[in-house]
Amino acid sequence: MDVRLSTEQQALRESVARVVDQLAPHAVGEIGNAERTSKLDAAVASSGWRELRLGDDQGDPLATGVEAGIIAEEFGRGLADVSFLGPTMAAELRRLAGAAQSESAETVAFTSDLSSIAIAADGQLSSFVAIDASGCSRALLLAARSDGNFLAEVDVASDEVGLDLTRPSSTLGSPASLEPSGRSISDDDLMRWTALGLSLTCADLVGIMQGAVQLSTDYASQRRQYGAPIGSFQAMQHMLADAFVMMEGSRSVTLHAAWAVDALHPRDAVGAASVAKAYCARAARDVCETAIQVHGGIGNTWECLAHVYLRRALLSSDIFGGAGNSLDRVLQHYGIGA
Amino acid sequence: MDFGDSPEESEFRLRLRGWLQGNNPGLPTSSTDDDYWKGAAAWHRSLFGAGFFGMSWPTAIGGQGLPSVYDVIVDEELAASGAPPRPSLGYLVQGILEHGNEDIQARFLPGIISGRERWCQGFSEPDAGSDLASLRTRADRQGDDYVITGHKVWTSYSDDAEWCLVLARTDQEVAKHRGISAFVVPMHQPGIEQRPLRMINGMTKEFGEVAFNEARVPAVNMIGGPGEGWRLAMTIVSHEREPGELGYVARYTKVVNELTRRVRVNPSGFREDQVRDLGWAIVEVEMLRLHVRRRLSDRLNGISHGPEGSVDKLLMTWTEQSLGHAALSIGGIAHGGGDDTALNTYLYSRAQSVMGGTSQIQRNLVAGRILGLPSS
Ligand SMILES: Cc1cc2nc3c(=O)[nH]c(=O)nc-3n(C[C@H](O)[C@H](O)[C@H](O)COP(=O)(O)OP(=O)(O)OC[C@H]3O[C@@H](n4cnc5c(N)ncnc54)[C@H](O)[C@@H]3O)c2cc1C
Repeated sequence: MDVRLSTEQQALRESVARVVDQLAPHAVGEIGNAERTSKLDAAVASSGWRELRLGDDQGDPLATGVEAGIIAEEFGRGLADVSFLGPTMAAELRRLAGAAQSESAETVAFTSDLSSIAIAADGQLSSFVAIDASGCSRALLLAARSDGNFLAEVDVASDEVGLDLTRPSSTLGSPASLEPSGRSISDDDLMRWTALGLSLTCADLVGIMQGAVQLSTDYASQRRQYGAPIGSFQAMQHMLADAFVMMEGSRSVTLHAAWAVDALHPRDAVGAASVAKAYCARAARDVCETAIQVHGGIGNTWECLAHVYLRRALLSSDIFGGAGNSLDRVLQHYGIGA
Repeated sequence: MDFGDSPEESEFRLRLRGWLQGNNPGLPTSSTDDDYWKGAAAWHRSLFGAGFFGMSWPTAIGGQGLPSVYDVIVDEELAASGAPPRPSLGYLVQGILEHGNEDIQARFLPGIISGRERWCQGFSEPDAGSDLASLRTRADRQGDDYVITGHKVWTSYSDDAEWCLVLARTDQEVAKHRGISAFVVPMHQPGIEQRPLRMINGMTKEFGEVAFNEARVPAVNMIGGPGEGWRLAMTIVSHEREPGELGYVARYTKVVNELTRRVRVNPSGFREDQVRDLGWAIVEVEMLRLHVRRRLSDRLNGISHGPEGSVDKLLMTWTEQSLGHAALSIGGIAHGGGDDTALNTYLYSRAQSVMGGTSQIQRNLVAGRILGLPSS
């Protein structure tokens, strides 16, 4: 047992952090700026970070859930406004199905409440949505057939929807003929895939919490009232201390969930990831709410980054289900579920 | 990065598991029952005798000289078998290892670790709680001895202890933090009287108060030099805030397992809100277990005596208090008389945000020393 990051994993974190700190938005007005996002997108593409879950010759992923989690966390911390989660989940789906690598940038489609992957029974796509769709022209979903669930592709429509300013969702294009490819996706495959998705959304939430705590700590040190920095008032200090501690607890469960993706039986990997997601989803909302409160009136304006963190946190929470859904999974895993 | 056992760790885990089959004394939960404390000394000696206590301390003082992560393996196995948790005294050992000279270490550490000698900690006073540095107990040099007079309170295990680690003022002239020294004082002497206090859950073996009336202690029992008591105290309290040092993961897991078992055998006997209260406690306890794995892994880089203990203390407190609520919810209150273990587990959990420095003090420390927020 040694849950410290390896030297290579630390180096990966540093290189992702460098890219994010240089090219991700530092103010609300910069979000969606095409010149900057295309540079960020190019840097991410050239590093191969979205391909980590493609299969090697044996069908094993090129990197573990831990490496993928490191990237997700840094993207969350820096509010990176290019896709990562969607393409990574698409790559994992192709790997599990043994399907050929895609030519175009692609993401995955979910039910519109985002609680589970889209499974099309009759070519009807209206109730589905593609997550994390920026720059993606296609989305993967499952097509249900009598002999199992198969991977299928659809076009992504260009209209962006959803709450997260950094990771727009998208509606799906006209129902293509759902042409299945690869092997059928087994229940175990789907569990493994879910464990990866839960753990990556947790990592994103940990990063968001870190970013939100940093933003608020900086502000509390500068902003003065009553002739003193507001960060010297004990009420502010205690809220921020709680936020920091929640982030640390979240980090511990998330590291375990990321490791479990590849190291444990899929059922236990989902159990570990559900514990993590319940903890992180609850914590992240609290932490982002604290960020808004610490900023006072400004925290309630569109121009303050605090709500960008909150919105991103709400999206990451809802993907695969938030605190409540995750707690249900935990109860089931411990044999006391309804 | 690996949460799994190495071959050596897994061999150790299985050996401990096998040993526990024949050696679990089946004591009640430590936090609710005086009977636990009556059996605790024998349990300590038995665990130590079999080589399952003091995993990371040097072999010269009775430790096993292994990496700290073995401690969490012990906690997990103790909980899985329903055995009592390990004795919570690692913080004393860490403090003495860091600040005691060779003589002090050789005289006292083997006795603490083996369970041959019992210790208590005389820091808090009626007028010096959170503001510990304002303590007034004084120690005055007389020949080869110091003579101690003052009043300590909330002293855990004062009734059983042979030794008390006392903070006392040896210099009245200097700034308050700098005039404090630390002594290892023999409890059984005419100048000391102790009296157990009763906790809100009815226990009398948790803490007591101790009156020092010209008690004597040899000057060679001072840990560190005169005026260095504050530094020792800060090292000790930083580790007293770490669940990995206290072994509380075993205690919490044991309680959560028991509550889970109750729901499993009688699923229709509980409302959804009760089961969800338990669910959150499961999540918290699991978080703490994994957090301890992380912290003890970090010790492979060397031990730190820094402010992270305050982060851990808050996580541990939230865990214990969420578990307390789950115990209240699932166990209920025996209004007509009967088993009141769950109620007492809940009531005891309220102390966790006070002992070892209150939650407010931990937040002050996180804000100032980790976040670097300006002081008021
Ligand atoms: C079960 C148990 C076991 C204990 N065991 C021991 C032991 O073995 N040895 C030992 O020496 N002590 C022990 N203690 C004592 C413990 O360390 C003290 O109770 C604790 O430090 C608080 O001191 P106090 O009780 O005087 O409360 P006070 O310091 O009077 O605090 C009262 C309230 O005021 C708040 N407060 C105080 N100062 C501040 C501040 N600066 N900012 C914000 N809020 C503040 C506190 O958070 C608290 O809510 C034990 C306590 C308990 C409950």
